[in-house]
Amino acid sequence: MLNATPRPIPADHEYLAECSVPARAGAGLKGQHVDDILSDDYKMGFFEVHAENYMGEGGLPHQALTQIRNNFPITVHGVGLSIGSERGLDSDHIERLAKVVDRYQPGIVSEHLAWSTHDNHYYNDLLPVPYDQATLDRVVSHIGQVQDRLKRPILLENPSTYVAFEQSTMSETDFITEIARRAGCGLLLDINNVFVSATNHKYSPEKYLSEFPLGHVGEIHLAGHAEDKDDDGETLLIDAHDRPVADEVWKLYQDVVTQMGPIPTLIEWDNDVPEWHILRREAKIAEAILDAVPEHPLLGERHASAAE
Amino acid sequence: MPARLSELSDEYNVTQDTFSSLLLDPKLPCPKGLVSPSGKVDVKRFSVYRNNVVVGLTGAIADIFPAIQRLLGEEAFMSLARLFVADNPPTSPLMFQYGSGFAEFLEAFEPLKDYPYLGDVARIERLWLDCFHSADAEPIAPDALSAFPPESLGDLVFEPHPAARLFSSQYAAVSIFSANRQGTAMDGINPADAEDCLISRPDAQVDVRHIPQAATVFFQTLFDGQTLGEAANAASNQDPEFDISMAISTMLEAGVFTSCKLINEEPGSTGQ
Repeated sequence: MLNATPRPIPADHEYLAECSVPARAGAGLKGQHVDDILSDDYKMGFFEVHAENYMGEGGLPHQALTQIRNNFPITVHGVGLSIGSERGLDSDHIERLAKVVDRYQPGIVSEHLAWSTHDNHYYNDLLPVPYDQATLDRVVSHIGQVQDRLKRPILLENPSTYVAFEQSTMSETDFITEIARRAGCGLLLDINNVFVSATNHKYSPEKYLSEFPLGHVGEIHLAGHAEDKDDDGETLLIDAHDRPVADEVWKLYQDVVTQMGPIPTLIEWDNDVPEWHILRREAKIAEAILDAVPEHPLLGERHASAAE
Repeated sequence: MPARLSELSDEYNVTQDTFSSLLLDPKLPCPKGLVSPSGKVDVKRFSVYRNNVVVGLTGAIADIFPAIQRLLGEEAFMSLARLFVADNPPTSPLMFQYGSGFAEFLEAFEPLKDYPYLGDVARIERLWLDCFHSADAEPIAPDALSAFPPESLGDLVFEPHPAARLFSSQYAAVSIFSANRQGTAMDGINPADAEDCLISRPDAQVDVRHIPQAATVFFQTLFDGQTLGEAANAASNQDPEFDISMAISTMLEAGVFTSCKLINEEPGSTGQ
């Protein structure tokens, strides 16, 4: 079903650590943590980097990531491809992504179901798409374009959204299921995004997860969210990545991994980034949940691992 | 199945044209067709996207121009940054390339007319980040010149390091930049003094150093591919007091070049 085997490692980029991402907890890599990470006795399962931060020619970011990559598997998470763009993808940006992937040999490459560029303007945010046939066809074609260039499948992440499109003709889970089937990509299940969107659009996160094609999931994201109110005074959750993971999200996570078995799980913390030991504590909570997952998950049909 | 209203008419189709045209100005209405669970257009919900974009882009400007932020104070800086990003959204997903027009924006901003050096301080901050992300290369060794016979040194040509840059200001932009990057007082700086700097990265750390104007001529002549002799002459023409031994020690310390060779030598036989 899903074959995410990375290309063979070119001779000029060999790293001491494995490529393949273990079914353990990992953390988003922040430059200020690199020294603490390298001197820490606790060895995280993997680190995730935003691809765009490593698209410069050289300097400190590449030196730091090379050190990390020599000690850990990494995953590359793109934030700038604008997969949902109505105006097509930027082939220069696909080339830049390919360069990062070639250089660092990540076990997983992922992107978002969103758009961020329009008419040559980049908005630096993950903007929503309607769930209709035209968008589906476009996203499938764009994922194909990226996978053809990278010569490997990518994982597509479910979004957190604040508005619904009246023009949508299908549910988010039907939309994502169809993308995975047609594009042959894997999925990155962000459980905080599920909880945020479910709250914002008043549906049940448990029902959403029961309809989500878990067999395609190669990685899970967890993060913290902020709380606000909309014009009607209803709860509006914001995908803020600025605090610990919420209890409700841990509960959903536990349910999902009990169902699907251990899987690479990332803690994202991108704003008000704490000291390393706080982020590590979050990852250890995820790791403890993964360690307690039964050996024979309920979902027998799940592919061995989308990440291997 | 009966067709939905939205399938009968395009009126409520929100294109990315529509979405993006309403995104950067909070005074504009929200797109019709984006709704809350109660089925209404919800300003607060659309504002989350507006806010994310503005906070993300102004945050990037603040990261790139910390000296300008210290000079203006956080509040004034953030209001200026909001004005700048609304009219100048990035044109690339590489946020470390953002902000190239910020210097001109500051210079054109009427209330800042009494601070004409701000533009050049911003230019140095932008060059600092270009230098930070430039390609890696090994600078020439401190003793590289001793490999050549003393009488031939004037015929040496140099390959510039990819991170090395020069900047000339008619103001004391270099001292003002340095004081505000280091968080020190600006006592003793006369903004009207013209200053030049060399921006380089001998190791992973960016180095911005104030150099005499004649040294700028010296390095620029070498960047243009001319010989050490020609560069020394050009610098001495600019300033008879030009100190070539100091310029050469700056060149070696700051890692301005990656290789040198005699101008008539075949490529490849370079003295490293």
